[in-house]
Amino acid sequence: MTEPQLLETPDREPGGTSEPGVRKPQTVARTRRRGGDDRSAETPYLQVRDLTVTFPTADGPVRAVQGLSYTLSLGRTLAVVGESGSGKSVSSMAIMGLHDPSSTRITGSISVGGQEIVGMSPAQLRRHRGGTAAMIFQDPPSSLHPYFTVGDQIVEAYRAHHKVSKRVARDRAVDLLGRVGIPNPRRRLDDHPHQFSGGMRQRAMIAMALVNDPKLLIADEPTTALDVTVQAQILDLIMDLQQDFGSAVLFITHDLGVVAEIADDVLVMYGGRAVEHGRVEAILGRPQHPYTWGLLESIPAVSGEPTRLHPIPGLPPSLLALPTGCSFHPRCEFAGRLDGACTRELPDLISRAADTTRTSRCHLPDPEQVFQTEILPRLP
Amino acid sequence: MLIYLLRRIASAVSVIVVTLVASFGLFFVAPTDPAGVICGQRCTPERYADISASLNLDEPVVQQVGEYLKGLVAGRTYHSGGLTIDCDAPCLGYSYTLGQPVTKLIGQALPVTVSIVLGGAVVYLAVGILAGVVAARRRGTYLDRIMVGTSLGINAVPYFVLALLVALYATFLPHAGYHPLLENPLTWAVGLLAAWLTLGVANAAAYTRYARASMIETLGEDYIRTARAKGISERRVVYRHGLRAAVTPIATIFGLDLAFQLTGAIFTEAMFGLPGLGVLTLRAFNQYDLPVLMAGVLIGSVVLVAMNLLVDILYTILDPRVRLG
Repeated sequence: MTEPQLLETPDREPGGTSEPGVRKPQTVARTRRRGGDDRSAETPYLQVRDLTVTFPTADGPVRAVQGLSYTLSLGRTLAVVGESGSGKSVSSMAIMGLHDPSSTRITGSISVGGQEIVGMSPAQLRRHRGGTAAMIFQDPPSSLHPYFTVGDQIVEAYRAHHKVSKRVARDRAVDLLGRVGIPNPRRRLDDHPHQFSGGMRQRAMIAMALVNDPKLLIADEPTTALDVTVQAQILDLIMDLQQDFGSAVLFITHDLGVVAEIADDVLVMYGGRAVEHGRVEAILGRPQHPYTWGLLESIPAVSGEPTRLHPIPGLPPSLLALPTGCSFHPRCEFAGRLDGACTRELPDLISRAADTTRTSRCHLPDPEQVFQTEILPRLP
Repeated sequence: MLIYLLRRIASAVSVIVVTLVASFGLFFVAPTDPAGVICGQRCTPERYADISASLNLDEPVVQQVGEYLKGLVAGRTYHSGGLTIDCDAPCLGYSYTLGQPVTKLIGQALPVTVSIVLGGAVVYLAVGILAGVVAARRRGTYLDRIMVGTSLGINAVPYFVLALLVALYATFLPHAGYHPLLENPLTWAVGLLAAWLTLGVANAAAYTRYARASMIETLGEDYIRTARAKGISERRVVYRHGLRAAVTPIATIFGLDLAFQLTGAIFTEAMFGLPGLGVLTLRAFNQYDLPVLMAGVLIGSVVLVAMNLLVDILYTILDPRVRLG
């Protein structure tokens, strides 16, 4: 398949033509909000603009991320929420420059600290990875190399960006391990990851990510593999360190409880696109997109009468063949009310008249009204 | 660790003893006539009796086993035709067809085989692993397909045909022959080059595929992504982080391969006229030279058991998560 054909596939066309126009009000809205903010003057440290990530496969192109735009300033935390295959991990891997250029097509723009990541040379990307931006991965048992000591791995990360002796790098590693709360760090430096507990491994992972003082920290579901008490400790740690380092944190998760705890802003993704974006109080308190409603409804109630879980019906869409119109329409209980608009046309990511700090992608004329009257009473 | 080692060595020894007794049973109890074979065409009853006595064939089998084991530890003395032959420990017997103590024969043949096999191993490990890594990194490309195809092609040819082709057509290689390493390392290496290359190419083909598979699996691991996210060079990612982990399963195969090759690189030795263990055992088999055959079996079992133990110990060095005990 050639490129022009790609652009003319039915599900892509409405978005493709209308999206650039849509993005403008969004950026206007954001600048305005920042204008009233105390951290007004600074340009956002991370700026993602019209990001598209495509994996060409034998079955056709897999469009993992389409037309994604957002910004993130230093000292703030953006939570990216969505289920598997929503594009949340793929987009953050693109920010890290971790996609294999031979099997990935990335278009649009990613600017980190004023530097453009898309199209960067391999040597520049290497300085960027772990230097200006670092990533904490989920599941530390498999994300740390089992054959090397924890110290070795942190030292290697530091020396990849600093021309220092092993001794200096070791001291730095000890310092970092201490700061992430590992007792007796000098002694634990020579332990292998399997000698650490799950929580300690994640702490070591965080130490490794922070060793070069990155201004952008991407945490990819850093607490999923941990039990609840350890989860809380790790979240506290990340927030504390963010204060200390003053970095921007991009937090990928599917746990709305975690979002409520740590995020300033929330970006909800579905089928590779942003469906809702705004401040955390707005998105969790008065969500405008049926998918976000579904996420809220599917949180199990931990108190009161035991009730059945309310999962979102259906399955995540195939990125090879997204549904026409709104990608969410096959799973949306409100799609039938709109006279077929949902199946025909991809809704634009717009901010509703009342509130310009947030955007959502839904055909419903007044989604907040629907949320208040129909969804809220159903929530536990 | 020490207790584990002692236990493993004890079990290794018992495996070897059982193998020894079993082969003893097979060779000596079998309906054959070793003394008659050695005695040959112009045999006289006296000579026959003499040979029988010197092989202890006139004694009960259990006692023969006992004598053999005693010879291994303390040495023994043979009486043959009025001659007294001292066989020092470890005595593996006396070959009447060659007129030499078996220990001495093995002592001559073993360095040849070890030289061939270890030299060949250097070739196939280096070539195979490197090619495997290259193929894994370019997985799915034409280069990868060509490499895997070539590897399968080489392995589809029976080894002796390959060895024969090299022996016949690779005339640019220096003439094969064995010269002891300690006499002159250069002539040693030159004489073995053809054998190394043959053994090397045939096994490199297989090791390319092992290394490729292991490397593809490792490069998909999360910790490789973590390594890339650190900003280290791709070469460091592949060789330090990837190969380091990918090499463990290859070590298992290598240990067993090495044991198998050490017990007799028969084709390689025969094609290039190198007097190693394989050739020695084969000759012993044709001439029914029981003491030499017995020694061959014994060495084979020792090498196999030792290599297994060695691989297990190697694991603890390769993978810090593995602890013996």
